[in-house]
Amino acid sequence: MAVHATVTPATTTARPPHRRGRGPRGNEAVAGWLFVAPVIAILGLFLLLPILMALWVSLTDWNGQGSPFTSQVPFVGTENYTRLFTEDGLERRDFMTSIRNNLYYVVIVVPAQTALALGLALIVNNRLLKGKSFFRSAFYFPSVTSSVAISVVFLFLFANSGAVNKLLAVLGVDGPQWFADSRGVLHLLFGVVGVDGPPAPLADGGPFGLSWWDWLSGPSVAMTSIIALVVWTTSGTFMLMFLAALQNVPVVLDEASSLDGATRWQRFRHVTLPLIKPTMFLVLTLGLIGSWQVFDQVYVMSQGDPAKTTLTPAYLSYRTAFRDFDYGSGAAISFVLFLIIIALTLVQRRIMADRDGRRGAWRRLPGRGGRS
Amino acid sequence: MTTLTNRPAAAPPAPAGRRRAGTGRVLASRILGYAVLIFFGLVFLYPFVIQIGNSFKTEPDAAANPLSPIPDPLTFDGFERIFAGTNFPLWLGNSLLVTVLVTLGRVFFDSLAGYALARLRFPGRRWLFAAVVAVMAVPPVVLLIPKFLVLNQLGIYNSYPGLVVPLLADAAGIFIMKQFFESVPVSVEEAARIDGAGVFRTFWSVVLPMAKPALITLTILSFQGSWNEFPHSLVSVQDPDLFTLPRGLADLVSGSLGKGTQYPLKLGAALLATIPVAVIFVIFQRYFVRDESAGADKG
Repeated sequence: MAVHATVTPATTTARPPHRRGRGPRGNEAVAGWLFVAPVIAILGLFLLLPILMALWVSLTDWNGQGSPFTSQVPFVGTENYTRLFTEDGLERRDFMTSIRNNLYYVVIVVPAQTALALGLALIVNNRLLKGKSFFRSAFYFPSVTSSVAISVVFLFLFANSGAVNKLLAVLGVDGPQWFADSRGVLHLLFGVVGVDGPPAPLADGGPFGLSWWDWLSGPSVAMTSIIALVVWTTSGTFMLMFLAALQNVPVVLDEASSLDGATRWQRFRHVTLPLIKPTMFLVLTLGLIGSWQVFDQVYVMSQGDPAKTTLTPAYLSYRTAFRDFDYGSGAAISFVLFLIIIALTLVQRRIMADRDGRRGAWRRLPGRGGRS
Repeated sequence: MTTLTNRPAAAPPAPAGRRRAGTGRVLASRILGYAVLIFFGLVFLYPFVIQIGNSFKTEPDAAANPLSPIPDPLTFDGFERIFAGTNFPLWLGNSLLVTVLVTLGRVFFDSLAGYALARLRFPGRRWLFAAVVAVMAVPPVVLLIPKFLVLNQLGIYNSYPGLVVPLLADAAGIFIMKQFFESVPVSVEEAARIDGAGVFRTFWSVVLPMAKPALITLTILSFQGSWNEFPHSLVSVQDPDLFTLPRGLADLVSGSLGKGTQYPLKLGAALLATIPVAVIFVIFQRYFVRDESAGADKG
């Protein structure tokens, strides 16, 4: 890309002295920096600098009073971090609960949104159907709406006598009180096979201060409604990615294999799927990255309740800082979350780059993908 | 796939028989296809239908018949209370102001930077572009506390500048513009330069007018992003007079205004907050879709 320099006379070898002088090259250097200056100022001041400030605050016990950068603020070193992992107490329990909640959330959201997105893309890509562009827009529309506004709608849908429970009643199912129900889905399943409480070996002794039984709760009923909302809003975006990949699958290939007598499933499994593998990988990793950032929905719909079963690290860090005024701990939680997400991002970029040099140059733009 | 294509041609008698069976199967799969399409169409659109219907209902009606899209009786009571009983007009004004300023800022600053990164030769350019790509990976939710810290330190917490200035540029927008400018032929600029136009003149009156599709895309993304922006307003202001629509809406549902049901009112407010983006989506959906798929095409 650097090849497209504007003026490339043979003199490029003598660049350094040339650049200092006047003339086009010197102008360009000045102009270049002037052009990027506003952006550097904004991103530097409101992105890079704040991260450094928060790193400092995460090493202190700042309570929100006055400036965190004075000598009066107690410096506590890595205590805010160690308390999250090694000291038994409420903080570690809350943090580990949020990690557990988010893990179950990821384990359900990522496969569900990927499968739904691929399914929708396959239908919308079907050559035999008409009106596809309408449906494509319909599936995508939730992705562009406000997360807060759509959370309000889902609060209504999942209300105790709301639309979802009315539908379930039609099917003869007695719907739960979604946002008041802290029972874990796995616990409920254990209950079905007669295990109603923790068996002795699971009653305590799990890692990081939570009992094995607590780790094995599954997402709470309340969390499943947030999961439903997120899968519903994100799959449209991912559908478009799959659609773009599917449109690059040569029609002749599909037809040829069809003439060869391959069934629909065989064609999908052996022709389509291998060709859209890079997109599949992209969608999976973007889903992984995005689903660790769930915040807006939790803020609007449940605030971490009931019984902390919808608490996520992102929401916990917010609450710890802005409600409990423990900015040090809140910032520490943010940085742990940051590490988790950055690790996932690096893995993604590494593999994308390895897969194909040219493809590696492209990255999905952040923003709507994760729908955080 | 090579194994499939390398197989010998199908036996001669097969096609005729298969075609007859095929038309039946095609019809069946077409019907099934439409059934699936309509089912998912309902799944994705019916919540909005419910939202619209229930915002025109009385509270008891909304509570008793949440599934029905038809209000019985029809009432504008919810909307009246939105405008009379909440700060909705204020939120709307704030949202408009923030959205217009942020969109203008992003379009201008992102294009400037994108152009410089694509075309101008200056020391540190590669490094800067790497920084932009790195910044795109920073997850917004971990910036909640950091942003509050810096706004507080700069003395612009709880002010319009605090609400607007941090959003005036975004790495993704710079990336989009850079990609676009790289696709514009250099010859046009060279001609302008030879005519004696300065760098900014060349950018402003020659290159930028050619960047219309990218500018439309960026405008739409910025509009949508800043109109829906929630976490930033959460950590940059606390004065209710400075709330934007998403913030006010969140407050209406979970905050100080209490947990009372009032569903017609809440759904109506959420509906009004959704309309601008919905209108833009319907008019410009080509660009929404193109953005996503253009990216994936390159991918």
